[in-house]
Amino acid sequence: MSNAVSALQGATSEGFATITEAGLRGMITLRGDLSSAKLKKAVKSTAGVDVPAQRACNSAGDKAVAWMSPDELLVMVPYADVVDATTRIAKALEGEHALAVNVSDARAVFTIEGAGAREVLAKLSPVDLSREAFTTGMFRRTRLAQAAVAFWMRDETTFELVCFRSEAQYVFDVLSMSARTGSEVGFL
Amino acid sequence: MLILECPYCGVKAEETELHGGGQAHIKRETVGSDDDAFEHYLFTRANPRGVHLERWRHANGCGKWFHAARDTTTLEVFGTYPAQTFEPPKDIIDAITAKRPDWSFKNWQGAT
Ligand SMILES: [Zn+2]
Repeated sequence: MSNAVSALQGATSEGFATITEAGLRGMITLRGDLSSAKLKKAVKSTAGVDVPAQRACNSAGDKAVAWMSPDELLVMVPYADVVDATTRIAKALEGEHALAVNVSDARAVFTIEGAGAREVLAKLSPVDLSREAFTTGMFRRTRLAQAAVAFWMRDETTFELVCFRSEAQYVFDVLSMSARTGSEVGFL
Repeated sequence: MLILECPYCGVKAEETELHGGGQAHIKRETVGSDDDAFEHYLFTRANPRGVHLERWRHANGCGKWFHAARDTTTLEVFGTYPAQTFEPPKDIIDAITAKRPDWSFKNWQGAT
């Protein structure tokens, strides 16, 4: 068995917000009919939460489910459980037009923490990150500077963000630069 | 700055999240088509100064293709609608003709 490592092995940077590469996380791309009873049940039993509403992320502890598109979810579980979880979902959806794929090693995860977390992302993405517009539990696929990413709000001062593993260094660098002390805009 | 609302994820996406896919509602020629029809399908596009129907993809977003009706001169957006249709829905046509009473889908299609 190979020793799995995350893209940046927990790299961190400190600024007016803290950027951390969050290590390995189990991630399953699940495509199918999101209104299907079988799919809803499979999601609930795997991640412990319901299928999220449009552009939302439901989390409980170290598991979460995010709405990617009208026919796609991102199911997140601990890395050690992902192979089993993928198999279980695929089995539960036998006979349905659905697909579950383990994409954990194709991705990198970051956390952006601190009172200025909103601002770090707002500088880099064409998304309204004001307190009124973007609230806890919301999920957004967009771009971060030149990279395709998705982020969601865990609580008022914590965002999580996923990107392609091959772009992890770029994403880390651009987040760190955006969070550099002294570069606060103070608008949000 | 062009802003289009994606009909699939509901995001009001600005231009840099989107990828343009050219003219909408093109009839795809295939096996059995003659050379002229195929050439027309591949290369001939309307380039109206005014109302246009286009395909767009929410590339840095939910990834879905959709349709948009807008004015190429004023950048006014009349609306967006799903990709699974051969013609614009009634509410889009109504939104266009409310502002451009002379416009019709038929004439627009005949513009190439
Ligand atoms: Zn979209």
